[in-house]
Amino acid sequence: MAEYKMTTPLSDEDIIKLKAGDSVFLSGVIYTARDAAHMRIVASLEKGEDLPFDPKGQVIYYVGPSPARPGKPIGSAGPTTSYRMNSFAPILIAKGQKGMIGKGKMSQEVKDACVKYKACYFASIGGAAAVVGQAVKKAEIIAYPELGPEAVRRLEVEDMPLFVCYDSHGNDLYEMAKKEWANRL
Amino acid sequence: MAKVREVSVKDVEQAVYKMALDAAYHIPEDVLAAEKEAYAKEKSEVAKKVFDTIFSNIEVSSKEEFPLCQDTGLGILFVEVGQDVHFVDGYIVDAINSGVERAYKDGYLRKSSCHPLTRANYGNNLPAIIHTFVVPGDKVKIVFDAKGGGSESMSKVQMLKPADGRDGIVKTVVDWVIEAGPNPCPPTIIGVGIGADFERSAVMAKHATLRKVGEPSTDPDLADMEKEILTKINNSGVGPAGLGGLTTCLAVHIEMEPCHIATLPLAINTACHVNRHKETEL
Repeated sequence: MAEYKMTTPLSDEDIIKLKAGDSVFLSGVIYTARDAAHMRIVASLEKGEDLPFDPKGQVIYYVGPSPARPGKPIGSAGPTTSYRMNSFAPILIAKGQKGMIGKGKMSQEVKDACVKYKACYFASIGGAAAVVGQAVKKAEIIAYPELGPEAVRRLEVEDMPLFVCYDSHGNDLYEMAKKEWANRL
Repeated sequence: MAKVREVSVKDVEQAVYKMALDAAYHIPEDVLAAEKEAYAKEKSEVAKKVFDTIFSNIEVSSKEEFPLCQDTGLGILFVEVGQDVHFVDGYIVDAINSGVERAYKDGYLRKSSCHPLTRANYGNNLPAIIHTFVVPGDKVKIVFDAKGGGSESMSKVQMLKPADGRDGIVKTVVDWVIEAGPNPCPPTIIGVGIGADFERSAVMAKHATLRKVGEPSTDPDLADMEKEILTKINNSGVGPAGLGGLTTCLAVHIEMEPCHIATLPLAINTACHVNRHKETEL
């Protein structure tokens, strides 16, 4: 289980290095999007319209933060459950997205896309949102402000702690961990 | 005849406001105690690290009044109204909704209620979901439960066949929780409602998540079942945050009521590791 510091945008070389179970401290710009924003982004793609950001090399954080208190960049900002983005992730990965951050299982199609296009699914710890949100240094809404918590935000993060969950070699951390710890009581 | 006691809905509004804020920032003591106990027994180093993050989150959240989770939930209320109570100064449902709306605005809590089809966010976290029960006496007991969408989505009602029996119930719950795996933010608290009818089983299951964590059912048969289900779930290896370990679930709480001879309703309600809820009596 290696430990890496990485800065976005991520390249194929960055992704190939990572193995399920590795720790990554991620810095740089990432984008937030969850259910409603993904529906709009993918609809725009189908219509050939411009997207709020170019997915190439980018990491999308599945999060709907709580409102920021005055003087703070963001409120609490932990990961939301990722399977709701199962149908969207492979489309954006094919367009060059290199990673997504969330919690919980995703589909076989997502795993296949990670292998085919060299991408990674990073797991964060759900329900630890006050602490996880501290990695966010700057936040700005760049699309769909009417969606409130679901608006697309551009975040600047510093050393955001993540686990590599699905790597580009077909490994799945959740399955590996479960196997290792089953029937140990 | 019993004397009617007047309760101002303004007091209800204020109580709901306070509970909603308190629930968002401060974890229930029994939940934290159960997590400390689980930490001591945990053998996985990764699981211990996840617990460390959970504990440090609890501390930061409480000290800086940052919500424990960005999903501050819909407001779910269990309201037990003594039959000798008369509410004055307005309508109690309006008062509860006002308390929730004010808390979510003043406390920088996330507004998560939306139109089911258009998904447009209402921006006020309303309406609250209110379960009312008429009970003996002249008191009003209000439990506020801030229920997030991640754990709620890993819940279900299933109409079993009477022949499925005890073993069928155990298997259905265990399989469901293990399949949900990392999704609902384990370690979870699993509420189970057995019997009654379709909708009542679901209310029992949610109510069961609010019992003091780990306190066994007063029915010895149910207490046995709770233990058996808990052991089977924790033998899955899913672990805290799904990253492996011995603590997938902190407790299983079962409630049961009589059902129809043709039915065996079973409801499973999943609560995540923050299980935010507060209680007030007026």
